[in-house]
Amino acid sequence: MSSTISSTQIQSELNTEPKPLDASYGKLMMWFFIVSDALTFTGFLISYGFSRFKNIDSWPIADEVFTHFPGLHGIDAPMYYVALMTFILIFSSVTMVLAVDAGHHNQKDRVAFYMFLTIIGGAVFVGSQAWEWKNFIKGEYGALETRGGMIIQFVDSENNKRLALKDFASYNPEYREQHKSSNGLWFQSESALPNYSLEEVKTGFLADPSIVVRIEKIDEKGHKIILNRDQSIEKVMQGVYVVEGANLIRNEYGNRLFADFFFFITGFHGFHVFSGVIINLIIFINVLLGTYERRGHYEMVEKVGLYWHFVDLVWVFVFTFFYLV
Amino acid sequence: MEQNTEHKLEIFRGLIKFKSNVQKIWGVLIFLSIVTAIEVALGIIKPEILMSYFLSMKLINWIFIILTLVKAYYITWDFMHMRDEKFGLQVSVVITLLFLMAYAVFIFLVEGNYIYDIMYEGFVSWNF
Repeated sequence: MSSTISSTQIQSELNTEPKPLDASYGKLMMWFFIVSDALTFTGFLISYGFSRFKNIDSWPIADEVFTHFPGLHGIDAPMYYVALMTFILIFSSVTMVLAVDAGHHNQKDRVAFYMFLTIIGGAVFVGSQAWEWKNFIKGEYGALETRGGMIIQFVDSENNKRLALKDFASYNPEYREQHKSSNGLWFQSESALPNYSLEEVKTGFLADPSIVVRIEKIDEKGHKIILNRDQSIEKVMQGVYVVEGANLIRNEYGNRLFADFFFFITGFHGFHVFSGVIINLIIFINVLLGTYERRGHYEMVEKVGLYWHFVDLVWVFVFTFFYLV
Repeated sequence: MEQNTEHKLEIFRGLIKFKSNVQKIWGVLIFLSIVTAIEVALGIIKPEILMSYFLSMKLINWIFIILTLVKAYYITWDFMHMRDEKFGLQVSVVITLLFLMAYAVFIFLVEGNYIYDIMYEGFVSWNF
C-alpha cells in the first residue's frame, strides 16, 4: 500500500518479541522504576525513624500537631483530616484500576470517565495536602526556644490546656518593625518577625501566675512533662526566640528535625502525586483523542496505573509512620 | 492484539471468590477501607491495653505496622495486578525490596537507639 510503516505494525513487531517474565517491555520498566523509587522513599522514612529513635523521649506527638479539620475551628480533631485524605487517595486508586479494567475490554468511554475521576481525586488530594501544610506553617499556639535550642510551650495550670501567645502576651508599643529592603537599608532585609517580641511574651508570662510551661521531654505515659511555676519561670527566662508556626529552621511543635522531615517526606510524596496527575492528564487526553483505540490496546493506561497505585502505596506508609505510630 | 483479560479472582486464599474483576476491585476497596477505619479508630481511642511494650515497641504500633503491610499487600497484589504476574516477577520485586528495607530498618534504628543511649548516659548536657 505505501512504504511507511504504521504504528500498529511496529506494535505488532514489538509484541512478537520474547517477553521476559511474560510482562511487556513497558510494564517491566515501570516495575524497575517503582522498585528504585520505593527505595528512595525507604531512605526518607528510615532517616525519619533514625532521628526519632535518636530523640525517642522528646519527639513531638503527631496527635497534638495535626488537629485541624475544615470547618471545625478550635475543635481538637486529630487524625480525621488525614484519614479523609487517605480515603480520597485510595478511592482514586480504585477509579484508576477500574480504568485499567475498562481498557482491557477496549471500552474507550469508560476508560476516559474513570481516568477523569482519578485526576479529580489526585487534584483534591494535592489540594488537601496544601491545606495541611498551610496549617502546619502557620501554627496555632506559638512557643519559645531556649538557649539550648529546646522548645517550651505554654499551658494553663488549672485545666492543663495549651495557651497561645496571644492569650497572655503583653503589649509593648516599642516592638520594632520588620526590616524590609523597602523601609531600611535597600540592600538588606530579614525574614518575618513573630507577632510578639520576647519581652512581650516574658512580661505577659510573669504577670499571670497560672501559666506554666511544658518541655519537649515525654514521661512514661507518653505525655509531655509539665513543669511547676518556679521551674517554668526559670525556663522562660532562658528563652531567646519566639517561635510561631514552622519553617525549615525551627518550629513550635518541638524538635527541629520534625518539621524538616514533614516538609521533605510529604512534599516529596505530594510532588509524586502532582506529577502523577499531570501524567494521568496526558494519558487522558490521548484516550480522548483515540490514540489507544487505534493502537488496539490500552497498555499505556495500565502503566500509569502502576505508577498511580505506587503513589497510593507510599501514602499508606507515610500515613502510618507520620500520623499513627 | 490479544489482551490478557484473565484475572485471578480469589482473595484470602480462596475464602472469597469474585465473579468479575470489577467486583474484586470493589471488594478490595471495602477491605482496605475497613482496615483504614480500624487504624484511625485505634489511633483516636488509643486503648490502654495496647500501650504495653512488646519487643521494645508499643503493641499498638506493632498493630499499625502489620495492618499497613496488609494494606500494601492488597494494593500491590490486586490494584497493581501483581497477582496475575509470573512468580518470577513477583519475587524479583518483593524480595529485593523486603531485603533492602529490612536491612536498612535494622541498621538505622539500632544506630539511632545507640546515639540516644550515648546522649542519655553521657556527661554532656544537651539542654543548657
